[in-house]
Amino acid sequence: MIGTIISFIVYLFLSIGVFFILLAGVGLLRFPDVYTRLHAGTKCTTFGSIFLILSVVILGLKTWYLGNTDGSVLAIHSFIALVAILLTNPTGAHAIARAAHRSGVTPVGAVVDHLKEKETGKIVKMKTEADTLEEN
Amino acid sequence: MIETELFVVLLLLFIGIIIAVIRILKGPTAADRVVGLDVVNTIVIISMVLFGAIYNEIFYIDVAIVYALLSFVSTLFIAKYLEGGDF
Repeated sequence: MIGTIISFIVYLFLSIGVFFILLAGVGLLRFPDVYTRLHAGTKCTTFGSIFLILSVVILGLKTWYLGNTDGSVLAIHSFIALVAILLTNPTGAHAIARAAHRSGVTPVGAVVDHLKEKETGKIVKMKTEADTLEEN
Repeated sequence: MIETELFVVLLLLFIGIIIAVIRILKGPTAADRVVGLDVVNTIVIISMVLFGAIYNEIFYIDVAIVYALLSFVSTLFIAKYLEGGDF
């Protein structure tokens, strides 16, 4: 009975995780500029990795419950890997976004740039689609 | 048993890696390529954990922990290089 419930939870977590990782792939292909791609790629893989590794942790705990002590080592080490992903992935994404902004990549369809105004101290006017239409 | 389903999950994760590699090859700017590399790193870490769960080997999961920390350092270093300026 409890084995059926545990395998149902494991299947559910595996399908949620794989769904979000494939969603990250779709967003990485379809979005128009760096910042939206970063949004899709980093957040979705972090969320998917939580569920995929938690399913492995549950499998290890089930093995431990059935009497094999190898399962405890599997569960604890997988959980440490999950903590490593959760600490490093958002930090890396923040560093990439800041580097992209400082190397001069602008978002598609942006009108104002408050971060650049704050850093340089003068007002930045970006060319919008309406301006190019007026010039023509 | 659960091993067959975990192999199917590994196959789907491999499709995700292929999509991210397409973004690395296509990406117009250097920041796009770094984003694709970050996604590939995360998916490889998850695949290592699942692989360790399939074969019941703890060693693969230890490798995944070290890989996570090293890929974080490499991502930070590439981002710092893209920014320019002093280290």
